[in-house]
Amino acid sequence: MQDTADREEMLTVEIWRGREDGALQTYRVPRRESQTVLDVVTWVQRNEEPALAYRFACRVGMCGSCAMQVNGKPRWTCRTHVSRVAENGLLRIEPLANLPRIKDLATDMAPFFEKWQGARGRHEPTRTRHEPMAPVSSESPARKAANAGIECINCAVCYAACDVVGWDENYLGPAALNRAWTLANDERDADKAGLLQAVSQGGGCHSCHSHGSCVEHCPVGLNPTAGIAGLKRMTLAALMKGEL
Amino acid sequence: MLEARLYLLQRASAMLLVPLVLAHLVMILYAIEGGLSAAEILGRTRGNFLWAAFYGLFVTAVALHAPIGLRNILREWTGWRGRSLDLATLGFGALLLGLGLRAVLAVTV
Ligand code: HEM
Ligand code: SF4
Ligand code: SF4
Ligand code: FES
Repeated sequence: MQDTADREEMLTVEIWRGREDGALQTYRVPRRESQTVLDVVTWVQRNEEPALAYRFACRVGMCGSCAMQVNGKPRWTCRTHVSRVAENGLLRIEPLANLPRIKDLATDMAPFFEKWQGARGRHEPTRTRHEPMAPVSSESPARKAANAGIECINCAVCYAACDVVGWDENYLGPAALNRAWTLANDERDADKAGLLQAVSQGGGCHSCHSHGSCVEHCPVGLNPTAGIAGLKRMTLAALMKGEL
Repeated sequence: MLEARLYLLQRASAMLLVPLVLAHLVMILYAIEGGLSAAEILGRTRGNFLWAAFYGLFVTAVALHAPIGLRNILREWTGWRGRSLDLATLGFGALLLGLGLRAVLAVTV
């Protein structure tokens, strides 16, 4: 058999190693067909750097755990093909922006999820389990608005893409506010007043500049900007009625 | 809620500013035709209640709009937060209002 190794196409891959004070390290990774960025990271971990820390679970764009900065932009790496993002055979892979770094490509996601709580991102039921289920028409405008935002996979790509998150440590961010918007449109949610108050604190929905970086980067095509604009309208209506 | 109120005030004053700024620009174009002199301006504005009301409203809208925007910028670009920033915002608004109204009075009374 002919030796093909020296003719094999190679990628130059820079990967962040260490914590905040770490550095980029360069690896040579063989190029494969239909290769994803996550495949590249896994290849490095299996062949070059057994101690490389990174996260993934589903590998099919469901779990939201594999997001990283790829050539400067936040992406879900399991569904991002190398062919779409490599620049002249070069990939620079870093931990997700706007989050504290733990090790290599793994970030501390706690601030991201704490802000979901800060935006009152949990459902407050109107009924107990002993009562019949509430009938909700799939045709009502509120339900349609909620449906448009519920497919979030909690990947924090939008959170890394948002400049305001980087500037204002109190800003709740696109994902948490998008979640609040779906609850604000959920007829079964019992505490709309509490929710509108939560998103009107300093760092709430009014801090968003509607510049749409979250929309551009959200891998599942959600539109947090529109939801946040909806929250702004809803809070203003409540303010006029003296309910805020 | 403070943030929602400030947001409302800034957007409402911005809506007010749109026609005011346009009228102001048209006025400038009209006024500089055939040269510009203090006597000519004062001749138009002195004792004219409409111009006093127009620029009084303009100054008030700016004194609401600009400090709220500046507060947002400062919060994003510096570490300044909290009560001292809110007071400084209020102070800047009062300064704009004071200087602006003084100028309006100077040309209309
Ligand atoms: C036609 C008149 C005007 C309109 C329609 C307007 C509209 C707006 C809007 C919508 C914002 C919010 C932007 C955001 O939060 O993303 C804003 C911000 C701001 N405006 Fe105005 N404005 C006008 C005139 C003025 C004037 C005359 C001043 C200053 C004297 C001013 C100073 C500011 C400042 C400092 C900000 C903060 C920047 C920011 O939040 O991004 N504006 N304006
Ligand atoms: S539209 Fe709002 S939430 Fe989205 S990236 Fe811009 S500031 Fe952040
Ligand atoms: S809104 Fe989109 S980008 Fe943001 S966490 Fe949800 S799925 Fe990810
Ligand atoms: S590994 Fe689950 S979304 Fe990428």
